[in-house]
Amino acid sequence: MSAVMTSNLPGTGITVPRSALGPQGWTALMAAVITVMVLAPTLNLVVPAESAFHLSDYAVALIGKIMCYAICALAMDLIWGYTGILSLGHGLFFALGGYGMGMYLMRQIGRDGSYGADIPDFMVFLDWKTVPWHWTLSESFIAQMLLVVLVPGLLAFVFGFFAFRSRIKGVYFSIITQAMTFAAMLLFFRNETGFGGNNGFTDFKRILDIPIAQPSTRMVLFVLTGLTLIGFFLMARWLVGTKFGRVLQAIRDAENRVMFCGYNPLAYKLAIWTLSAVMCAIAGALYVPQVGIINPSEMSAAASIEIAIWTAVGGRATLIGPIIGAFFVNGAKSWFTVAFPEFWLYFLGLLFVLVTLFLPDGIVGGVKKLLNKKAEVKA
Amino acid sequence: MPVISDIDRTSIHPPVGAWRRRVSQLALSLGLGASLFGLSGLVAPAAWALTTEEAYAISAGDNDDRVAALRAVVAKGDPALPAFLQALADDTVKVAGSRAYIVYGDDVKDAATGEPAKLPEGAEDVVNNNRMSSEIEAALAIGKLTSTDRDERAAAIEALSSAADESQLATIDQALAAESDPQLLKQLKAVRSKALLNSQDPARRLEAVKALGADASPESRSLLMERMNDGAETDATVKGALQAAIDAVNRKLAWGEHAGVLFTGISLGSILLLAALGLAITYGLMGVINMAHGELMMIGAYATFAVQNVFRAYFPEVFDWYILLAVPASFMAAALVGAVLERSVFRFLYGRPLETLLASWGLSLILMQSVRTVFGAQNVQVENPSWMSGGFDVLSNLTLPYNRLVIIAFAAAVLIGMTLLINKTRMGLFVRSVTQNRPMASCMGVNTARVDTMAFSLGAGIAGLAGCALSQIGNVGPDLGQNYIVDSFLVVVTGGVGQIAGTVYAAMGLGMVNKLLEGWSGAVLAKIMVLVIVVIFIQKRPQGLFAMKGRSAEA
Repeated sequence: MSAVMTSNLPGTGITVPRSALGPQGWTALMAAVITVMVLAPTLNLVVPAESAFHLSDYAVALIGKIMCYAICALAMDLIWGYTGILSLGHGLFFALGGYGMGMYLMRQIGRDGSYGADIPDFMVFLDWKTVPWHWTLSESFIAQMLLVVLVPGLLAFVFGFFAFRSRIKGVYFSIITQAMTFAAMLLFFRNETGFGGNNGFTDFKRILDIPIAQPSTRMVLFVLTGLTLIGFFLMARWLVGTKFGRVLQAIRDAENRVMFCGYNPLAYKLAIWTLSAVMCAIAGALYVPQVGIINPSEMSAAASIEIAIWTAVGGRATLIGPIIGAFFVNGAKSWFTVAFPEFWLYFLGLLFVLVTLFLPDGIVGGVKKLLNKKAEVKA
Repeated sequence: MPVISDIDRTSIHPPVGAWRRRVSQLALSLGLGASLFGLSGLVAPAAWALTTEEAYAISAGDNDDRVAALRAVVAKGDPALPAFLQALADDTVKVAGSRAYIVYGDDVKDAATGEPAKLPEGAEDVVNNNRMSSEIEAALAIGKLTSTDRDERAAAIEALSSAADESQLATIDQALAAESDPQLLKQLKAVRSKALLNSQDPARRLEAVKALGADASPESRSLLMERMNDGAETDATVKGALQAAIDAVNRKLAWGEHAGVLFTGISLGSILLLAALGLAITYGLMGVINMAHGELMMIGAYATFAVQNVFRAYFPEVFDWYILLAVPASFMAAALVGAVLERSVFRFLYGRPLETLLASWGLSLILMQSVRTVFGAQNVQVENPSWMSGGFDVLSNLTLPYNRLVIIAFAAAVLIGMTLLINKTRMGLFVRSVTQNRPMASCMGVNTARVDTMAFSLGAGIAGLAGCALSQIGNVGPDLGQNYIVDSFLVVVTGGVGQIAGTVYAAMGLGMVNKLLEGWSGAVLAKIMVLVIVVIFIQKRPQGLFAMKGRSAEA
């Protein structure tokens, strides 16, 4: 799948990408862009519903959702696959981005809520008269989209700064990120924090004054998500090939040696950690208008660990792997929960176990191994 | 002549609560009233001393006058009164002319004489509004205060406490002298103080305030506060005494409250300790991040549930002691599952903690779903043995529940047992040697693979014990473990990896801090604050309270 021109450094086995993508890679990329921008909209909007080639609204919604997950998996790959830091807090950044978008969408409901008030329904229910302070900017799309990036970014930066400065690593880091997410979930469950309690936000009506449920709006969101995913993929591809990216991988493999060489890992870790958090937040902001709901369960420990498993299933430290993993696991989820709802958790559980035991490099790694074997046999 | 002059509109349609009370009271009084009525019917001629005027005054007229008349008659202590009051409470009294009649169906009696009578044309129902009803109830209760049936007395005291009045003092004092049950005696004293507190006479009120101040129970505090806050008190001396009494009660209760917070803190700490001890072995000694630890606890709890069911079905006579078998059963069940997991999954992942985290998360999903398939997704009922219910009264506002005490003792026992096992036995020696230097232990002939399995199942078994303990104080359901996994990891991380002493201090410390903050800011915020404190703490001491020294710290 990955068609990168590589050359082996003599004697080390370390592969160095020469450019971001090889010729085959560029072709694949163009194909992906055309699929997202032309093919999917045509099949969904132009091809009649009776046709076998028609892409149903359900499929559009599902693929759009999974593309958001794929962005998360890609973000997780940068921090875990390339830097060796397993975060169990990415669900929090995803949800924060989602809440940021959700706040704007709630204000877009305007007076169409069931109470016909200027403020969101749940606030009327709590007998609030005006919006709380953190909702001040929520009527402006641009300001709210800035918050989507800034709030999770700032949180990640501050948290990361203190964590990396005291050299918290490995499992310790995973556990405190999990604790952070858990604390945030408890906080968002409270009604008085102004995030709608356990119901979260739903019943969105409009985005930028355009009805949110109509097919063309959905398709625009779909295309945007697809382009964002491809954009992030290219960025990641470029990033891991730079000196910065090489240092990250060195930190993953032997942090102490990197320090002995005179590098301070703090800045590197902090930069990739914050970038990864912001990617997740953007994915969350794209996710909410497409699925139409955001609630604190997105911050549960399970949600964050699932992001890790998408990455692991696809293949860590490959960039196409996490995307494949996100599509595979979530595709399986939507099939199982319809066909055998009882067995979905068994399947997911087994996936965790089997992938860690037998497929440490994920699907991509497994396929590569197979191809290599075949090549050896032929030779 | 109007029969009922001032029924307020609301009294015709009493609120639902009043109706419910009325209905339940009716159910009670149907039997009771009938028996009383039969009794008074037998002895009627001699005992019937209620005058016609009194009966009429109670039944009809202005509500204030009716209350006054009722109280006057009650103070007289008329033996004929209960039957009449019961009839009033049952809404079966009618008035005609200036006489009151008790009407049970066709059976009509003159309320004053008890003689059978003929109901005159145009007799009107007596309607009691809420105030009148509670007065009648209180008056009825007065009669029952000296009943020989304890439950009846308890009900009477309960009824009186809402409408205690000065006029009932004599009867209350009489009942106080006769009462032998300590609990009822206490309640009766409270009723007396309440009656006194509403007295017209400041001296009496002062006396009541002093009595309540000396009593220092949470109930007397609320009585005093009520009196203080509703602005009814006008007398300056009594007001001063009230404030002084409230302060005195607060001071006395403060000890109980502090001790209560301390106790709940220790209790939570002991639960955290039980949950974290198993992790201290699997994580601390073996480096396995077992996210399925919570599910092993859940298995222990379900094992307890199964043992309980077996006892209930086959040995109901010794049901109270099922727990003695449930403890080893929950240990074995969880240890067995742990051994299987270690042999099939974890042994391939030693030295790769992040992988163990993911794999064990998958295992936890599988275990949860299996339990759902076998036992259903609903919570199951685990019943406390009867000797574990109830509590130990230390102070008026401090009761230590037996089940919490048992769990604290149990946690201590498990801790001691585990420490002895690790430090004094051959197996413990093997476990320590393998943790410290695996190749060298192997060279010395230690079967390291077996030691791994043993150690892991020991950790799992202790999780099972924790589950058994949890089943005695909370819900048992498939996601029982999920609630404890974050907490128990925090305990282990705070205490320092591989440090049992650190685990103990961290569990107790976190339990205490949690409960202290809870009293100050509510449960959810307290939990969030604890998480933040732990995160900050780990920033300061990344290796936990008791860091391992030397080279192993780098691992």
